[in-house]
Amino acid sequence: MIIAERKPVAEILNMIEGASTVLVAGCATCVADCMAGGEREVGILASAMRIALVREGKAVEIIEVTVERQCEREFIERIRELVEKVDVVISTACGIGVQAMAERYRNKPIYPGVNTTFLGLREEEGLWTERCAACGDCTLHLTGGICPVARCSKSLLNGPCGGSREGKCEVSEEIACGWQLIIDRLIELGQLDRLEANIPPKNWATSRDGGPRKVIKKELRDEKRKQS
Amino acid sequence: MKSGSNLEKVLSAGHTAVTAELGPPMGCNAETVRKKMELLRGTADAFNVTDCQTAVVRMSSISTSIFLAQAGMEPVMQMTCRDRNRIAIQSDILGAAAHGIKNCLCIAGDHQSFGAKGKLKGHPGSKNVYDVDSIQLVGILRGLRDDARQQGGDPLDASVPLFIGAAWTPLGDPIEIRTIRLAKKVNAGADFIQTQAVYDIKRFSEAMQKARDRGLHERVAILAGIIVPKSGGMLAYMNKSVPGVVVPQELIDRMKAASDQRAEGIKIAVELIQQVLQIEGVRGVHIQAIEWEEAVREVVGGAGLLPRPTV
Ligand code: SF4
Ligand code: SF4
Repeated sequence: MIIAERKPVAEILNMIEGASTVLVAGCATCVADCMAGGEREVGILASAMRIALVREGKAVEIIEVTVERQCEREFIERIRELVEKVDVVISTACGIGVQAMAERYRNKPIYPGVNTTFLGLREEEGLWTERCAACGDCTLHLTGGICPVARCSKSLLNGPCGGSREGKCEVSEEIACGWQLIIDRLIELGQLDRLEANIPPKNWATSRDGGPRKVIKKELRDEKRKQS
Repeated sequence: MKSGSNLEKVLSAGHTAVTAELGPPMGCNAETVRKKMELLRGTADAFNVTDCQTAVVRMSSISTSIFLAQAGMEPVMQMTCRDRNRIAIQSDILGAAAHGIKNCLCIAGDHQSFGAKGKLKGHPGSKNVYDVDSIQLVGILRGLRDDARQQGGDPLDASVPLFIGAAWTPLGDPIEIRTIRLAKKVNAGADFIQTQAVYDIKRFSEAMQKARDRGLHERVAILAGIIVPKSGGMLAYMNKSVPGVVVPQELIDRMKAASDQRAEGIKIAVELIQQVLQIEGVRGVHIQAIEWEEAVREVVGGAGLLPRPTV
C-alpha cells in the first residue's frame, strides 16, 4: 500500500493562512492503514488545528470528512457539497488523492496534509517499510522475492557494494542491507547461483525516468468507445 | 595490448605492479595537486585518483588525472556510479581518453549520505544516480573499447583504449557472495582488481584460494590493497567501522605499543606487502597512505619494489 506521514500542524496552518473555512478530507484506504490520514487522524489533525488557531486568536471553521477512497472520482463526488462550502481543502490522502480532488474541484485550492513517502507494508506494529519503487519492469524472480531497486540504497542490480556490514547498509545502522536479505533468502531457497549471471544495465524508461507513465487497456477503451 | 597503459605493460611483462592513491584537494588549487604528485613521483606504476571519495566534493577525478598525465605520471582515474548516469559517464570517459588517460577504476562509490563519515557536512540531500552499477560500468567500458560502441548501441569513430579496473572486498558481508562478485567483475571485462585493505593475511589467503578455485587469478590481475596505518587507534577504528576490513588484534596491540607509531605503521605496511606477494594470484599491491603521501616512497622502497620498472 501507499505509506504516508502527517505533515506538522505548523506547516498545514501556514498553507491555510487567510482562509476562514477549511475542510480536512481524509481517505479510508492506505493512509488510514498507515495511520496518517484516515478518519481517526483527520479528527486528531482537526482538533490540533482548532487548538492552535484559538491560541492564535483566529476564528476559522474546520470541517471534517473522510471518504472511502480519494483516488476514485465517484467517491470524491459524494463530498461535493462540503468542498464547495469551504475556502480551502486539506486532503490527508496520498498525493494521488490530493490530485484527484484538484482535478475534480478545479476552482478550489486543495492542499496536502500528509507527505506521501513510499510503497510498502506494515512490518510490525508501528513500523512501515518500503518494498517497491514501481520501476515498471519487475525482476523479483531473480532476487528471491526481495527488491534491490527499492531496498538497496544504491539500487544495485548485481549484488552488494563493499559497504554492507553485519546485515546493515552503509547508509545507516537503521537500514537493513537489501542485498544481505536477498542473499539470505536465496541461500534458503538453494538459489544463490541465480546471482552468477551478469545483469545488464536496466532500462529505466519503464520507471519514472521515462517521464509520466500510463497503462492502457485497449480492449476496455474500444468497448467504451463502441458504447458511446 | 588493450590500452598500452604503463600499468598494463608492467603487468604483461610479468612484473609485480604497484599502484598508489592520490586524493584530489577540496578546492581548485593546482599547486596542491602538484605537491602531492612530486611526493609520489616514481613510487608506483600508476596512481589512483579518487572520485569525490566519502561523497565529499573535491577537484574532479578527471581533471586531476589530466594533471598527472601531462606531468608524465600515469593516472588510474576512478569513476563512481553515484554521480553520473550512463550518458555522463561515457562522455567523461571519451574526454579522459582524449587526454591520454588509459586506466579507469569502476566503483559504486560511497553513498551521498556519507559526508566523510560525518566529519564534514557533505551533501546528504543530493539525488543519487546509480543508473548503472559498478559491474555494468565495467561492461560499458569494455564495449567502448572492444566494440567501439556505446551502451545504447551507437557506434564510436574509434575504439577507446582502456585498461579496466574494478574493486573487490574479499572479506565484506555477506561473505557468501564475494567470490561471485569477483567472478562477475571478471566476466564483465575487468582487467585488474584492487582489493579493500588487507590486514588479515590468513583470511585474505582463504579468499584468494576461492578465487583460484574458479581460475579467476588467471583472468584478472589482482592487486592487494594496503592502507598504511598511522596509529593503533586508526587500526582499531577500521576494524570496527570500515566494512570488509578485518584487523587482527595482535596488529592493533603491536601498533599501540610502538613508541613511534608512524614508523611502526610503515614497517607493518612493508611486512604486509611482502606477505601478500607470497600468495598465489596476487600480481601487485595498491597502496593508500591517506593524507600521508610521504609514506608511500618509504613503504614501496622498504618492500624492495623500487625503482619501478621501465617498460
Ligand atoms: S523490481 Fe521494480 S516493480 Fe519489482 S518490486 Fe522492485 S521496484 Fe517494484
Ligand atoms: S550496503 Fe547493501 S543496501 Fe546499502 S548500498 Fe550497499 S548493497 Fe545496497
